Amino acid sequence: MIEVRIHGRGGQGAVASAEMMAVSAISEGRYAQAFPSFGPERRGAPVVAYLRISDEPILRREPILNPDLVVVLDPTVLRAADVGSGLKERGGIALNTCRKPEELIEQYGLPHCRMATVDANHIAQTIIGRAITNTAMLGSLLKLEPLVRLESLFEQIKERFPAVAEKNIAALQAAYDETSIHDFSKAIKGGK
Amino acid sequence: MARRVGLEVSIACSEAVTLANVDVIAAYPITPQTHIVEHLSEQVAEGHLDAEYIKVESEHSALSCCVGASAAGARTFTATASQGLILMSEIMYIASGLRLPVVMALATRTLSSPLTIWGDQSDVMSQRDCGWITIFCENGQDVFDQSIIAFRIAEDRRVLFPTMICMDGFHLSHVIEPVELLSQEEVDSFLPPYKPEYRLDPHRPLTMGAFTMPDYFMEIKKQQDEALKSTLPVIKEIWNEWGNRFGRYYQPVSCYKAEGAETLILIAGGFSGTAQIAVDRMREQGKNVGLLRLKLWRPFPHQEIRDAVKGAKLVVVVDRALSVGGQGGPIAAELRSSLYHLKKRPAVVSFVAGLSGRDIHIDQFVEMVERAEGHLSAGKIPDYEMFGVRE
Repeated sequence: MIEVRIHGRGGQGAVASAEMMAVSAISEGRYAQAFPSFGPERRGAPVVAYLRISDEPILRREPILNPDLVVVLDPTVLRAADVGSGLKERGGIALNTCRKPEELIEQYGLPHCRMATVDANHIAQTIIGRAITNTAMLGSLLKLEPLVRLESLFEQIKERFPAVAEKNIAALQAAYDETSIHDFSKAIKGGK
Repeated sequence: MARRVGLEVSIACSEAVTLANVDVIAAYPITPQTHIVEHLSEQVAEGHLDAEYIKVESEHSALSCCVGASAAGARTFTATASQGLILMSEIMYIASGLRLPVVMALATRTLSSPLTIWGDQSDVMSQRDCGWITIFCENGQDVFDQSIIAFRIAEDRRVLFPTMICMDGFHLSHVIEPVELLSQEEVDSFLPPYKPEYRLDPHRPLTMGAFTMPDYFMEIKKQQDEALKSTLPVIKEIWNEWGNRFGRYYQPVSCYKAEGAETLILIAGGFSGTAQIAVDRMREQGKNVGLLRLKLWRPFPHQEIRDAVKGAKLVVVVDRALSVGGQGGPIAAELRSSLYHLKKRPAVVSFVAGLSGRDIHIDQFVEMVERAEGHLSAGKIPDYEMFGVRE
């Protein structure tokens, strides 16, 4: 079972991206579970959504404290939430940032893990016309870990956002292509 | 043919109610139930469901509309949560007393105060004695299935009781997961159209809800209690038929690794999946622990639960509700009373946990079992323990 925690701000589509990933995995015949951090939703406030994907039925109903993967939709969330909290040893973080990951590790005390970085704000702004980064960051997540097929996710985007599907698919593909992967966990191991 | 899809559990409920082809829906939106009636109103507006959707000004009116419509012979549905349910409370007793097969979905949520919107089972427990058949669900498939089965149970002429199906608010209602949706033909083959034996009809006048003098009330109440208890074998028969048709079997109390277990966890609702993983972990460590899931709350399956706990030394009951000023958890109190007259019976330790949406993690189930075993070996069992509370 793979457990993913998605950090964003209210209105950026953290919950929708967890849902689309879950429905994509289910459409591929697997088991999945997606849910928000329950409570009143406030636009702009830090929010968390959870995603589990497994080859077996998923029984547990508790939030994810030790994720395998973390997605950060908005660079400013790094100031507001401890996004690396509880990350598993071989875990990874997909970050929306235009900065170098080394700087972010240093500044925010992020764990030395696998990292996928992409300037999703720029991609979303250019392709969609708004800095709604959830679909782009799913591209980055899939580059980090091929949890579902890109095509399954494209189907979900078409179903969910028919009017803006084309642009979101283009943003997802662009982010997938432009994401760079860094492995800081290796660096640590090598240093020991 | 059944179709496996990923969808929100609330929507699975609405899809089932659509397939059940209800005639009348009357509901008032309240968190965390809103998505159920929201989707049903869309189904009616878009012509997928030929039903009257009555928009009302309160939950009291919602259930009143259902009572009237059901008395007139319609298949009726409503959904609510928390304060909405207790606003319906007056009419809950009317619906069951009149033996009207109204079906309700409840996305269980805490009762205020303090004001809160998160989930537990305090709303269900507040209606313990209202005479409705009350069923707990564990996952999205269960919710979909029970949302169809409930009509078949409620409308069976050996039953004729309103029926409530409960899904944990948020922890179940707001989760996306795989659900196998049945086709219209499959549902139709299981659930025939509702044909009431008696209904309000201007051409054939009859009285429902007549005034009763003290010299008859007790006889009628006794009949009602006997009648509700007598639904248990019918509910089991209908669940069994569902299992034979669609491969998913349900029981009033279901057992997991309970055979020969010294310690059993008893819990109702969606958190039982997390408890099951805790049982597996404890088994791996060589502990002889099992799990009982309570599915049917009313009528309470006394004999089934006595049989299930027969060989155990200790039952650890985890309630997501508190009887304030009473014996702690309502399920624990029911179990204790069910076992009291038995010569040989396990000890019962009551934990109240997971109130107002507080999570219960796997290791916390393990901790509860350890604490309960500690109480037992110390020979000092408290009335109840509020688990994980900061004091």
